[in-house]
Amino acid sequence: MANNKMLIGFFVASESIFFVMLILAYVNFHGTVTDGPTAANSLDPLRTGIFSLFLLASSFSMWLAGRSLVSKNHFMMKIWILVTIILGVLFIYGQASEWMGLIGQNITISRNVFGTTFFTLTGFHGFHVCVGLLMLTILLGLAMFGDFKGPKSDGVECISIYWHFVDGVWIVVYSVIYLWAFF
Amino acid sequence: MSTRIPLVPENIKPLPSLKGNEGMLSWVSSVDHKQIGLMYLMSTLVFFIIGGLEALVIRIQLAQPEFDFISPEVYNQMFTMHGTTMIFFVVMPFLIGVGVYLVPLMIGARDMAFPRLNALSFWLVIFGGILLYYSFLTQSGPSEVGWFAYAPLSEKPFSLNKGPTYWALGLLAVGISSVSSGLNNIVTILTMRVKGMTMRRLPLFVWMILVTSFILIFVIPIIASAFAMMLLDRLLDATFFTPAHGGSAILWQHFFWGFGHPEVYILILPAFGIISEVIPVFSRKPIFGYSFVAGSTVAIGLLSVGVWAHHMFAVGLGNVANAYFSLASMLIAIPTGVKVLNWVATMWGGKIYFATPMLFATAFIIEFVMGGLTGVAIASAPINWVTTDTYFIVAHFHYVLFGGSLFAIFAGVYYWFPKFTGRMMSETLGKWHFWLTVVGFNMTFFIQHFLGVMGMPRRTYTYHDLPYWGSMNLLSTIGAFVLAISVIIFAWNIIWSLKHGKKAPDNPWNAWTLEWYTTSPPAVHNFDLVPPVRGRRPLWDLAHPDQLDEPNSKVV
Repeated sequence: MANNKMLIGFFVASESIFFVMLILAYVNFHGTVTDGPTAANSLDPLRTGIFSLFLLASSFSMWLAGRSLVSKNHFMMKIWILVTIILGVLFIYGQASEWMGLIGQNITISRNVFGTTFFTLTGFHGFHVCVGLLMLTILLGLAMFGDFKGPKSDGVECISIYWHFVDGVWIVVYSVIYLWAFF
Repeated sequence: MSTRIPLVPENIKPLPSLKGNEGMLSWVSSVDHKQIGLMYLMSTLVFFIIGGLEALVIRIQLAQPEFDFISPEVYNQMFTMHGTTMIFFVVMPFLIGVGVYLVPLMIGARDMAFPRLNALSFWLVIFGGILLYYSFLTQSGPSEVGWFAYAPLSEKPFSLNKGPTYWALGLLAVGISSVSSGLNNIVTILTMRVKGMTMRRLPLFVWMILVTSFILIFVIPIIASAFAMMLLDRLLDATFFTPAHGGSAILWQHFFWGFGHPEVYILILPAFGIISEVIPVFSRKPIFGYSFVAGSTVAIGLLSVGVWAHHMFAVGLGNVANAYFSLASMLIAIPTGVKVLNWVATMWGGKIYFATPMLFATAFIIEFVMGGLTGVAIASAPINWVTTDTYFIVAHFHYVLFGGSLFAIFAGVYYWFPKFTGRMMSETLGKWHFWLTVVGFNMTFFIQHFLGVMGMPRRTYTYHDLPYWGSMNLLSTIGAFVLAISVIIFAWNIIWSLKHGKKAPDNPWNAWTLEWYTTSPPAVHNFDLVPPVRGRRPLWDLAHPDQLDEPNSKVV
């Protein structure tokens, strides 16, 4: 049925408004912090940029999983979903270690508006990645038990759309937080 | 995937019945759009009575100057809970619920596109309501900060009680529910129409639900993110909306009204849909200017997201912003006026039959135009500066929300009750309900225009004994009690008619849309056979094959 993909399409559109508002809040306070931590003096764009590549790559591997589904290559589909999960977990590890580092320097959500908007925006994005990872894990589990023989599956395609969306959001978030602060 | 067994077994008993062997379980576990629709309607009636009682407490406190019926804190809690309940737990879920019941029937479908998502939407409303009302059990009671919860009043250290936290959590649950029912409606309407039911033949009620659903999915996320930020501020000491720590209180206002203004169209567009169904049927004429009614709705939907700051003229946004938001807001009067003229033109020259639904629909036009006119007035920034936060505003939005949405809701209940239950509602009680509502409503709220112009501030628990203020407020309070009597009659009419109402035929009003083709109440599977759709009035075409609405249309 086309219904499921239409639903996930509109859902993603609705979610993007949610992120637009979080980004607007970040943008609204950009440059208002005169002393204390800011993006420019406490973030490492290179390190996070490298971890971002894992997320970008995971979008690619998810696309390959979809291709394997179409060509009914069940084994490779499972491999690509597994690769996607591993890349996603690596990204989340990068996010978590960045957070730990910041919190270690007493830069928290309650420190100032930079902390507030930074942790909220990256936190909600990270939460969405985790939800995606959960869904991918379920997908992989079902595939292990023999589901998704192809060439079509709304389950795989819808989660793939969601995963690409989460990836796309990160490109915007990274640009707004890291690139805007340093370039 | 499609061959999987559903998680919840299909209900095989006819509807609606609490007496079946499955009893309550058949309702609680239901994924049937008709049962879910009825559960929406029943729960909104409960919330309506609760919200109404809160309004009565407010009016008793204001009945005479410097009265001390309740404390200022309780007064603040009452108007906060009254507004929140009526908007999020009465009007919105009613309109969504009646949509959930009727949309599949009107487009000839078996159910919504996602029945389980539909059930989730309903139960989230109940969950949200429990969260909101749970705050009565906390130490210092529910939120006292009004339905728009302006920062920094809603923040620490001004609101240290748990009320606003429960308030935001409850509304977050309702927000998720609204987005999911919006998504469900859109997919249902776009993909599940019976053959021949093109977009240009869609009943106007379905058009309105479609536009409303689009507003829901794009606007609710705005407030959901704002609620998330408010909760982070309150629970984790974030600083979004606290100016003392570098945050911005105005940002909350922008976010809130960015949602809040489109929200008023969420509350009125499906009501327009009900009116657009009722008026043609009781005027015995097809709707005048179908495409203008549908098109102007789309225009309202688009304009609605660009006018939010007319709620914020008092902030002082500067002349350019004020001029823009004034003009843009006034623009909305055009597509709205188009609709009013279409309804009047539909009635013009028709054989009007004033059954209770039509009485409410006719009164709707008059009361809503009244609210619309004051709306255009206060869209002008200078007038707004004078009237802001006075009872003029209270009168204005009660004319559009009560005189508008609620009158349409009453019209809808009387109109579709036979279809929902298989019994007619009592016309005698209906007419009592109608006239008492009209008298009580205008008595309560018309006088508040004058109180507002005289400068009586809203959200203030009492007032000084200024000339005429006491007697005008007393009149308003008496009106509120007349309204209370009308609601008792309405509730009694429902209960009485469920047991003793005349048995309803399938199509008691000689209406033309598909829901009247099936039995009253509809069978579990909705239709044995959906009649061919060859125009906007399928049942007319069926009865008059020689006088088709679209003479050249083919049966598909």
